[in-house]
Amino acid sequence: MYEGAVQDLIDELGRLPGVGPKSAQRIAFHLLQTENTDAQRLADAITTVKATIRFCTRCWNIAEAEECRICRDTRRDGSVLCVVEEPRDVVAIERTREFQGRYHVLGGAISPIDGIGPDDLHLKELVARLDAEPVDELILAMNPNVEGEATASYLSRLLAPLGVRVTRLASGLPVGGDLDYADEVTLGRAFSGRRDIP
Amino acid sequence: MASYRDQGIVLRTYKLAETDRIVHLLSPSRGKIRAVAKGVRRPGSRFGGRLEAYSHVDLQLYEGRNLDMITQVELVASHAAVREDYARSAAASVMVETVDAVAQEGERDNALFLLLRAGLQTLAAGPEEPAVFVDAFLLRLASIVGFHAFTDACAVCRRSGPHAFLSVKAGGTLCGDCAPPGTRAVDPRVIEVVATLAAGGEWAVLPSLARESPDAHRTAASYTRAFVEHHLDRRLRSYDAVPRP
Ligand SMILES: [Zn+2]
Ligand SMILES: [Zn+2]
Repeated sequence: MYEGAVQDLIDELGRLPGVGPKSAQRIAFHLLQTENTDAQRLADAITTVKATIRFCTRCWNIAEAEECRICRDTRRDGSVLCVVEEPRDVVAIERTREFQGRYHVLGGAISPIDGIGPDDLHLKELVARLDAEPVDELILAMNPNVEGEATASYLSRLLAPLGVRVTRLASGLPVGGDLDYADEVTLGRAFSGRRDIP
Repeated sequence: MASYRDQGIVLRTYKLAETDRIVHLLSPSRGKIRAVAKGVRRPGSRFGGRLEAYSHVDLQLYEGRNLDMITQVELVASHAAVREDYARSAAASVMVETVDAVAQEGERDNALFLLLRAGLQTLAAGPEEPAVFVDAFLLRLASIVGFHAFTDACAVCRRSGPHAFLSVKAGGTLCGDCAPPGTRAVDPRVIEVVATLAAGGEWAVLPSLARESPDAHRTAASYTRAFVEHHLDRRLRSYDAVPRP
């Protein structure tokens, strides 16, 4: 244990995801040794982000205004919604430049064992959007893991009666990898998601 | 440090650092194993897809001071069909949650392993209404860890039955003398359903049991939940996620 202020900093850092007690200590002592201006910039960045960034009232992506940049962009195709777990998934998909539609961010994935159920996600808001916006297709882009699959299955059941086309992001072989290096679960999924060569 | 080989069923995983996972497994010979799998959250990881919850795997591990390290994984059965359906995945969640709670590290429990494997195989076969398998699983697990629900004798005086009263705390049916005054008798069908769920027979007969007497099954299911939560002394977090008719 250290003196008050240092220990407070270590405790706060230790609460960040992926930061254990050892790393928290290392970061704290790094900050103690850096220039005042550098430390101030970090503190300011945290304060500013908390003060100015909020969630988009339409899609729950992070936004600097009432609605996010993508929802406000009139060139985006409003008939296709890509449903993702987290705002960082929007960033990942945007990087591909493949998708011209808009998003809906659920804010997590269903995980019964962690006590996270459908009511903890922005699902009601999604259903409301389908009513209010001219959406023809929903693309489910959940993570290919237990929680993501449970969420996608729950969503497709929920949305089936609403008459909107629901598709799921294909999962398969990583580009640049070797076929024989893939595990059989991934390879099996790649098989079931195969398509005609155009 | 020593390396060893074992098999196990993945109970659950926790994210660790940027690309790793901590994996909880149930092995028939070692009980619960907690191990680190490096780099498995990276796309294209050699064995990430094999270490999803509910998978039955053959493993090579390296003994660590605190957590062991997984170095190789071969798939015995992926049980992928369980993960692909919300109701089955929720049902499997209850199974792995309770196993994770009762299994001890370094304590051999082959019966528990066989029960979990049978439960997951049953779910992987794609039942329409998986809830009844959860009920049977819970009572059978309770029985393995020492809390068998009495259904053909009085749980207090052991006089043979059938008896008309049912108690969570006493652990099953009660005779007229042992039941506290004012206890209401239950429909004998409920006790029959509890008995069949707990008995450890064929899983295949269970859906018809639930279909033929839905009311008795509903009562037996809530009795099961209360029984297991009381005797294992813990709340079942995933229980409410399982869809029930
Ligand atoms: Zn938005
Ligand atoms: Zn008695």
